[in-house]
Amino acid sequence: MRDRCLVMALVLFAVVVWLTPAGAQTTAASRAAAEAGSYKAPRTPDGQPDLQGYWTNSTYTPLQRPEGITRDVFTREEAIEVMKKAAAAESEQTTPGTIADVHYDFTQFGLDRNQGGVPLNLRTSLIFDPQDGRLPPVTAEGQKRQAERAEARKRMGGPWDAAQNQSFSVRCILMNRAGPPMLPGAYNNFYQIIQSPGYVMILVEMIHEPRIIPLDRRPHLPGNIQQLTGNPVGHWEGDTLVVESTNFTDQNPFVEGASEKLRLIERFTRVADDRILYQFTVDDSATWTRPWSAELPMLKTDGPIFEHACHEGNYSLINALAGARADEKRRADEAAKKSSQ
Amino acid sequence: MPSRSRRWVFVSVAAAGVLWLTASIVSGQASTYKAPRTTDGRPNLMGIWQAISEASWDVEPHAAAMGPVPALGAAGAIPPGLGIVDGGRIPYLPGAVEQKRKNFENRMMLDPEIKCYLPGTPRAMYMPYPLQIIQTPKYIMMVFTFARAVRTIYLDEHVDAPADSWMGWSNGRWEGETLVVDTSGFNGMTWLDRAGNFHSEALRVVERFTATSPDHLLYEATLEDPKTFSRPWKITLPLYRRLERNAQLLEFRCVEFAEDIIYGHLRKPSP
Repeated sequence: MRDRCLVMALVLFAVVVWLTPAGAQTTAASRAAAEAGSYKAPRTPDGQPDLQGYWTNSTYTPLQRPEGITRDVFTREEAIEVMKKAAAAESEQTTPGTIADVHYDFTQFGLDRNQGGVPLNLRTSLIFDPQDGRLPPVTAEGQKRQAERAEARKRMGGPWDAAQNQSFSVRCILMNRAGPPMLPGAYNNFYQIIQSPGYVMILVEMIHEPRIIPLDRRPHLPGNIQQLTGNPVGHWEGDTLVVESTNFTDQNPFVEGASEKLRLIERFTRVADDRILYQFTVDDSATWTRPWSAELPMLKTDGPIFEHACHEGNYSLINALAGARADEKRRADEAAKKSSQ
Repeated sequence: MPSRSRRWVFVSVAAAGVLWLTASIVSGQASTYKAPRTTDGRPNLMGIWQAISEASWDVEPHAAAMGPVPALGAAGAIPPGLGIVDGGRIPYLPGAVEQKRKNFENRMMLDPEIKCYLPGTPRAMYMPYPLQIIQTPKYIMMVFTFARAVRTIYLDEHVDAPADSWMGWSNGRWEGETLVVDTSGFNGMTWLDRAGNFHSEALRVVERFTATSPDHLLYEATLEDPKTFSRPWKITLPLYRRLERNAQLLEFRCVEFAEDIIYGHLRKPSP
């Protein structure tokens, strides 16, 4: 009788463990394994799983699950419908007379996601943990920091008072989606990965950002060196490249509201000849009540990647500032004329 | 053969051998060092390298001089340099000499480095910051500290530059121990140093990288630009390996240091 109870207890324990959502890292690993199935990536000459090539991670899938959707995956037909609607919205920029039309026509320059190639993604959100597909709550400290940042931004004045009042993207310092984590923007969502003994290098097309990831498990940089893209150190766990980044600044442009305590873990797993599953976990207890994770596919594509000399050609910032000053002068002149009448 | 003539033959052959060896060491072309191999059998040029040279101030030989910002005193002065130009002087065409003089006199306004623009090739190779070479059979990436500039060297498929760029389009091949890189497709907006030495968009640079010891690369570059120079000319300097433990490139984005210079005149005036 006691033996049977013990066996039942063990079975119950096993069932409970199996059903309980595991930590994000194990979940990420098991999701990657499930997606890879029996696929095994070829090897580089020095034995690393081969991630090399040109890749794009364009997607229409939002980071957070939209309100009103509770499933974590669409059916194939639903996903195609979602993509079609999003592509149509992009090409609405061609409608003459709209503000979007004045900006520039994405589709004309082949900058819309659709022409660049978008992998079919059945996910309803990039976030898979928490399971509701939405960001976890922000801590009290995180809310305080967000309020302080909003205050500081207000004190800086209007968005076109000075170049420094604009985002890192507009200033061509770093595109806010280039990351890490590497998320696609409206265009230029291309990456080139090369591997040599001891290093994986990812060239992010957006403003030619070079990510050099050492594989020697070296310590991270001293804490008083903070960098916009943090400090990546990588290692292989089976067929998955795991990259841990710390040493971020407190002005992280990628993860809205993240603090300098951010610890970002990215995982790259080649799940098919033409696909890498890219997953990342944001671990920032100073901002969110718990870590959160997201994933999206990177689809093999053609190169080469052209030089993206963003800052060198940043006429839009000059013109926007000049336009704002011209507007002010015009208003001042009109006011002076009125008051002298 | 009488013994005296044999002795002369021996001495002449020995002397010739010494002369040849000396010439070889100086030119670096017949260096006997062979770098360790990559898995595809090529010389392994990987690592973090840096030029130790005053060429970033002026590639020609030059004495010490007051810098362009007198308030920086000795800290901002131009250090003296032996130069890296074979023959000492850049062979400018007559019209180009005048342009160089104008560049030098207006360098605070015109030097693209001050605005954190991509430094171009070959200037990126001898800026005083570390660069990293990552090497695979098909691609070699060179990543530079300054402005996070990147050069992609295509080893496999060679095409003409599909568009102009700041860093140029680089096609590379191996010649024994030497990596030969042929770069063109420049946009003509980069300089060669802080002294206003320049080139046009017609520039073509052929570089040779040869390991001469475990911690040295010999860097040679021939510059050809029929719109600017009367003939091709050459620069030569060693690149030294950064030997610190955990040596790595750090972020030097530099745009934020140049914004007031570029956009300051468009800042909203304070009331």
